[in-house]
Amino acid sequence: MDWSLILSNTFRQMVGTDAMYFAIAALGLNVQFGYTGLLNFGQAGFMAAGGYGLGMTAWYFSISLWWGIPIAIVYALILGLLMGIPTLRLRSDYLAIVTIAAAEIIRLVVRSVRFKEQFGGTDGIGEFAGPFREVGSNLGIEQGNKYGFWVFEYTGRQFWTLIVGWILVAIFGFVVYLLMRSPWGRVLKAIREDEDAVRSLGKNVYSYKMQSLLFGGVVGAFAGMMLALDRGNVQPDNYSRDLTFYILTALVLGGLAKVSGSIVGPMLYWGVYVFIEGVLRGMTSDGPLQIGGVTIIQSTQVGQVQLMMVGAGLIALMTFRPQGLFGNREEMAFDDR
Amino acid sequence: MTDEADLTEVQEAQPLSQTALAARAALSEVAPVPGVAKPDPILIADSIRRNFGGIAAVDVDHLEVQRGSITALIGPNGAGKTTFFNLVTGFDKPSEGEWSFDGRSMHGVSPHKMAALGMVRTFQLTKSLTKLSVIENMKLGATDQRGERWWNGLLPWIWRKQEAEIEERSDELLGRFKLDHMRDEYAGSLSGGQRKLLEMARALMTNPSLVMLDEPMAGVNPALKQSLNRHVRGLRDEGMTVLFVEHDMDMVHDISDWVIVMAEGRLIAEGTPDQISSNPDVIDAYLGSHQGQSLLEDE
Repeated sequence: MDWSLILSNTFRQMVGTDAMYFAIAALGLNVQFGYTGLLNFGQAGFMAAGGYGLGMTAWYFSISLWWGIPIAIVYALILGLLMGIPTLRLRSDYLAIVTIAAAEIIRLVVRSVRFKEQFGGTDGIGEFAGPFREVGSNLGIEQGNKYGFWVFEYTGRQFWTLIVGWILVAIFGFVVYLLMRSPWGRVLKAIREDEDAVRSLGKNVYSYKMQSLLFGGVVGAFAGMMLALDRGNVQPDNYSRDLTFYILTALVLGGLAKVSGSIVGPMLYWGVYVFIEGVLRGMTSDGPLQIGGVTIIQSTQVGQVQLMMVGAGLIALMTFRPQGLFGNREEMAFDDR
Repeated sequence: MTDEADLTEVQEAQPLSQTALAARAALSEVAPVPGVAKPDPILIADSIRRNFGGIAAVDVDHLEVQRGSITALIGPNGAGKTTFFNLVTGFDKPSEGEWSFDGRSMHGVSPHKMAALGMVRTFQLTKSLTKLSVIENMKLGATDQRGERWWNGLLPWIWRKQEAEIEERSDELLGRFKLDHMRDEYAGSLSGGQRKLLEMARALMTNPSLVMLDEPMAGVNPALKQSLNRHVRGLRDEGMTVLFVEHDMDMVHDISDWVIVMAEGRLIAEGTPDQISSNPDVIDAYLGSHQGQSLLEDE
């Protein structure tokens, strides 16, 4: 087994594009779920709003790519309002059901034949990222060249996306950090604890929950935009339920209600994910792994076993460190709602 | 853990303050009849009804609460006291009825607006925000905070000064309620009695004119009860009106200027504590109307 290859892949993935857009999406989800206690199971829907906001510019509206940013934000706000208006008055479980359904509805609508003209059907929309990459080349990042150092080497195209993406992570991380230390953040955290108490103190809980949902949704839309720009296309099945739950997993791994948790969580998630894959592939590269004549795993099963091991790791984490890697154990102890 | 401090302060009933005497003088002219009009009511409820299925949990024809007084709302379990609280504070909607607070109709007003107008409540099961520190709990209570608009959250210089004032007021209240040593602890680490104190102190951060306390003494040890009693009296002496639900008759008798009795959803008696303790209707409601009689039917 080539350990140096496995490890360098692992390190590269920890700051790669997947970890980057996961971190943006997790920052948004953390505001909703970690701080406000809103069970948003539809973050993929907000990401789709972002991706399609960019994708539809040249394809459908025939306008410049840059208009896609305000369009994506408007899409995310509309989606948040549609999900929030009927459900935020109810207990948060209902929000979970509505958000997961809404995200699926979006995916099924954009991939449908009926709306192929607008959304490009199952093939999605491609060839819109040109203007974005041009900015990179204008700054001297050649798409064909390799950039980076040691194991962190990327093509110019990836490198430019990564720079923009991690700058966004830093900006949103700082914004969330500031907001959660403000009186606004205090109201959100109080709502997570007991919304009736907050209501009895004269705060409009409904409005604060809506603000939290919309804020997290817009941040999620930026994650979707980065995903679309990295891939160079938007495809409906990139925004499936799985995506929401992987992001949620990465967030819980890092620790809820901590800015550091929502950035480091996705990095570790992808690191572990790629490391396990590398090890499993290494074990099965010379034929199926056998112990005492019994086949344990063969190369075609690596994908499934990899997810099983991630799941088992998450169960272990929840059992032995329920607050995540960065969470506060003391805080977790008062779960007496 | 801190209740020892309060033990030293157990005192016999203090002499009545000026405001208490004034409140009692104003109520001395009022006839002890259910639904009687008060000279200066802050809260007026008219034919408030709440049905749960076929049962009328609350069915109050008329009720007035005198401004600047401590009014107790008592009654056997299931009398509808807490439901009445929920209706008046907007946490539940009456099937029918009208009520006004400080001359303003409160019909259809959402609970947070009522709180902002000066009607604040506490809960029977204490709602301390366990994962926030005690001081954060307090600061949350302040109204009209500039930093509570989200875009201002990013501009700390806009709200920093107000935040400092709020913190000062919080610290002062925490000192009065003897919670200052717990200032930076999580509210979840407080004892049950301390949580009651915190909830009351937090409610005061809204600068209310009417404080509604739902069983402030439930689960509080006797030593702490004395200090809670003193705090409730202090609210009235500062010009607030207090309406509280309580089962602890000693407390009711000790501190209230007026007592309202509910049973089976209805108002059955009103009066000063002395009038109530000798009222046969009240004794019936608590002990049954055949109290002291033989249970044998044919007698």
